[in-house]
Amino acid sequence: MRIRTKGQGQELAMLLPALFFIIALIVTPFLLSVWFSFTDQRLVPRPIPTKFIGTTNYERMFVDPLFWQAIWNTVVFALIVTPVQLAMSLGAAMVLNSAIPFRGFFRSIAILPLLLPMTVIVSIWAVLFRIPAGPFNAVYQWFAGQGNYVDFLGNPSTAMLSVVALSAWATFPYQMLIYLAGLQDIPQDLYEAAKLDGAKPWQRFRYITWPGLRNVNIFLLIITTVGALKLFTQVDILTKGGPNGATTTIIHYLFKQGYATQKVGYASAVAVFFFLAVTAIALLQRRFLKNEGEA
Amino acid sequence: MADVVFSAVHKRYGAVEIIPGLDLTIPEGSFTVLVGPSGCGKSTLLRMIAGLEEVSGGSIHIGGDDVTTSDPSQRGIAMVFQSYALYPHMSVADNIGFGLKLSGMAKTEIAARVADAAETLQLTHLLDRKPKQLSGGQRQRVAIGRAIVRKPRVFLFDEPLSNLDAALRAQMRVELAELHSRIGATMVYVTHDQVEAMTMADRIVVLNGGRIEQAGAPMELYRQPATPFVAGFIGSPRMNFITGEEARKLGGDLVGIRPEHLRLSENGPWIASVRHVEHLGAETLIYAEAEAIGPLTIKAEGDVALEAGKSIRIGFNTTDLHRFAGGRRVPN
Repeated sequence: MRIRTKGQGQELAMLLPALFFIIALIVTPFLLSVWFSFTDQRLVPRPIPTKFIGTTNYERMFVDPLFWQAIWNTVVFALIVTPVQLAMSLGAAMVLNSAIPFRGFFRSIAILPLLLPMTVIVSIWAVLFRIPAGPFNAVYQWFAGQGNYVDFLGNPSTAMLSVVALSAWATFPYQMLIYLAGLQDIPQDLYEAAKLDGAKPWQRFRYITWPGLRNVNIFLLIITTVGALKLFTQVDILTKGGPNGATTTIIHYLFKQGYATQKVGYASAVAVFFFLAVTAIALLQRRFLKNEGEA
Repeated sequence: MADVVFSAVHKRYGAVEIIPGLDLTIPEGSFTVLVGPSGCGKSTLLRMIAGLEEVSGGSIHIGGDDVTTSDPSQRGIAMVFQSYALYPHMSVADNIGFGLKLSGMAKTEIAARVADAAETLQLTHLLDRKPKQLSGGQRQRVAIGRAIVRKPRVFLFDEPLSNLDAALRAQMRVELAELHSRIGATMVYVTHDQVEAMTMADRIVVLNGGRIEQAGAPMELYRQPATPFVAGFIGSPRMNFITGEEARKLGGDLVGIRPEHLRLSENGPWIASVRHVEHLGAETLIYAEAEAIGPLTIKAEGDVALEAGKSIRIGFNTTDLHRFAGGRRVPN
């Protein structure tokens, strides 16, 4: 028999505000999206009433080549940017965790990208990518000779890599801070014991640092992957999904369908698919990468 | 087995000198305990032997080899840390054999040595477990196993028992002493606990402010402490000290007498009032305030029926007095 105590009532009361916002801002819109995905809902109300159209939106979505290209681009982006960004942030965290001079100063500098809004960062990078004489092309011409330049954002083969480079740089300080906290959590005694055991720096990384960061790695892998799958701002400002759909991601596709062409019902079908896909990926990652201490 | 020789060893952190020039020889095969209060430099000294702390000046020799600037793994030493420093993701067997694996030893040889060490330390049934699945005492044994499996010239222990409860600490003291008798290796042990020092060491080095106050056999330090610091540090409860006119009457600037050398005596020269009594069963500790002398602790055998506020007389043998003048011992 369970006895309800005064304490439990208080706990429920404290949960209520958060519960209200979760239901109002996440659960309700999601349920609405599910409903819209089976209708021909438009962004601006029309004289003809919205009607239930079954799975038509899903059927159209699965035969649209641009949808599949968006999926492909999103997966490619996530597969490249996640390891690049995690490697960058781990490397930076290790440097900033070591006894370098002016460490506090460099730690402050390293988190600067985190303080800038993404729109500002993208605008700065747009200048860096500029043709024919932006800073990146100036460096390129130093090697390739005057008159040569790369159209980083206009060439389908370099556009996605340019977005990857920008995205990896823009948000890596967040991962770096978490890695830094993880590194500081590894007892120094372990490194000293390993030194006495004859472990070289690489072996100390392999046998102490890497296993010591297991839980941090799992957490960062999941949030970085999910973040990468949600790529939008960089693409919308820099390339608008072009050239020829080379940087169209699933969220950008969804946005264009929902707002540019006003097909909210169709965009909702894409959103529901995206939600299910991201949830499945996160669950799979959790299943295959168990935290330290989990069975 | 090897001796460890410190020659004019200095240690500075910036402008602060932790160890201001220290000469010390730790004999081959000895169980030497470095003891002293927090901040006296004992752990720094141990870490300098290990190569985990740089030497600011002077040299360290192990078995005749100058190891002052050698890599920690090249010194032929093994260390047991206060936190045990076991690799959390490795099994007990992997923890013990890790150093051998890195040295490139054949797997069969590693397995044989690990099995041997595990049997010595009664760890055989735990070899597949992870450190977090072990008790404090078992972790301690694994840390010792990791040390002995490498067959080092010198074992270093950095307060290895301080995380254990009192009963386990007493048990591990005996086990460590037995281990030393069995393998006969040079062992250097750091502690701030004088009981550990007295019970395990065949040689104690008392440190204070980075300097050696006295080095010698435990009973030598107990019977003939060279300085008031050693007299007060070695022995439990702490030695009673008498100063001023009463001390001068007894032959020193400062006179010490151990609580176990004071006795309740109807003819005793000192009159005191009992402040507090601790009944420990086999003995009784009496805290008293003596006229013209000050606070005194008396350790009496058996259970003594006394109450706070009662007046007592205290006697002693003059041969048990420790006289000091100018900070040094005055020979009896």
